[in-house]
Amino acid sequence: MATATFRVWRGDREGGRFQDYSTVVSEGMVVLDAMHRVQAEQAHDLALRWNCKAGKCGSCSAEINGMPRLMCMTRLNQLPLDKPVTVEPLRAFPPVRDLVTDVSWNFEVKKSIKPFKSRVPDAPDGTWRMAQKDVDRVQEFRKCIECFLCQDVCHVLREHRKFAEFAGPRYFVHMAALEMHPLDVEDRTAELKGTHSIGYCNITTCCRKVCPENITITENAIIPLKERVADRFYDPLTKLFRILRGGDSRRSTGPPR
Amino acid sequence: MSTIDVYWSQRRFGQTARRDWWWVQPLAIFLGLSAFFIYANWAAFQGKFYSWGPYLSPFYSPEIFGDSPHSWFGPKPAWWPAWWPYSPAYLILWAPGLFRVTCYYYRGAYYKAFWADPPACAVGEPRKHYLGERSFPLIMQNAHRYFLYLAVLFVACLAYDVWKAMWFRDAAGHASFGIGIGTLILAANVVLLGGYTFGCHSMRHLTGGRLDRLSESPICQKAYDCSSCLNRRHMLWAWMSLTSVMFSDIYIRLCSMGIWTDWRIL
Repeated sequence: MATATFRVWRGDREGGRFQDYSTVVSEGMVVLDAMHRVQAEQAHDLALRWNCKAGKCGSCSAEINGMPRLMCMTRLNQLPLDKPVTVEPLRAFPPVRDLVTDVSWNFEVKKSIKPFKSRVPDAPDGTWRMAQKDVDRVQEFRKCIECFLCQDVCHVLREHRKFAEFAGPRYFVHMAALEMHPLDVEDRTAELKGTHSIGYCNITTCCRKVCPENITITENAIIPLKERVADRFYDPLTKLFRILRGGDSRRSTGPPR
Repeated sequence: MSTIDVYWSQRRFGQTARRDWWWVQPLAIFLGLSAFFIYANWAAFQGKFYSWGPYLSPFYSPEIFGDSPHSWFGPKPAWWPAWWPYSPAYLILWAPGLFRVTCYYYRGAYYKAFWADPPACAVGEPRKHYLGERSFPLIMQNAHRYFLYLAVLFVACLAYDVWKAMWFRDAAGHASFGIGIGTLILAANVVLLGGYTFGCHSMRHLTGGRLDRLSESPICQKAYDCSSCLNRRHMLWAWMSLTSVMFSDIYIRLCSMGIWTDWRIL
């Protein structure tokens, strides 16, 4: 049985430090297993969040060797075990204790987003008709497990602390799911430019790289939303066409043709 | 939106707990883009050795005013200041250049490689001040779609150049069909530039991404699907087309200087 050393951040809002724990590891183990072993054998008061251990609940987000990852989906054989493996909490959010951070800011942001607003029902029985192809496009965004790894790695939040002005990649995915939905008739473009400041995003693609659900955050959500903002606010030709056509051409409010 | 208190100290430039070679990619991008920028400016300033036989360098196409047989409107215009050096590339190169500068892929790449904003994911930055793309000058990146329109015209011009590169003139001035290595290089260049241009994120938006009910516009849906297909490898198209443009110029330049020989296949 091999032994590996884990350099785990221990502390709270008052401060903290890294502490090394050596433990036995075996084939098939993930970082969360190792943390549980450390907790059981050496540090009974180690605080960490977890739930499903299957990459679906988004609870065990942490920074492993400097990169935001889910502890339950990071296999030890993917890591160099000849040096200590650093395990620390999400750096963008306030620490609670050890590996647990306070991510409640994200839920406040979600409340500020205009909710889904459907058009009037297409049929007299109060139901709607949608083409599968149109709904397929937004299905990808619904895979999000709200692990907030993308929020953590985004340098606008992590380094520049624009929490008061910037919604972050998770919520651009959420807004893309709403904005592109074939039934939705709400308009969020002004908020995207204004209160949610999509213009802060400079397309580093870090959010897409850390997403455990492999959502193509940058290319399928953020850039299409940036283009919609450009349509509305930065493109005089599109504005002229919109005036000549007498309204927003992308969003039909009637039943399918 | 609410803000949150900061408990972590901001990291210094380059500070990170990452163990991988995170600096390799931005360094490679820095070197690749710098090499292209230096070469493209040098080649544009030359103003000579840009055409050979039926071939015209993509840095000089379309040649609006110039001395080669490819020129649309004859030699350098009389109004051009005598004290200002002239190259046909000056008139056109800004358009594809700005198309690439405002491209979503390149933006993400050069913000990291040249401006360290950030140097790489989860790596400390050199500056605390940040404006992003919501104020001048970077707000001008929103003009990308206008450079896309110009880039499409350039792809059409370069495709026409490939057609012209299939007609070789003999000593008597008679044109005959033929294919040389240069023809194939120019054709490959157009394919790669087309893959890059038509897979652009703005093209994807214009063809159908702007619509919520795409299924109601079958032509838009088809165009959107094609553009999305190319878009999945946008980074690859971007680098391959950048390389092919540079190599096409090198090939024609060296043939024109008599250093390389253009082999005829047909």
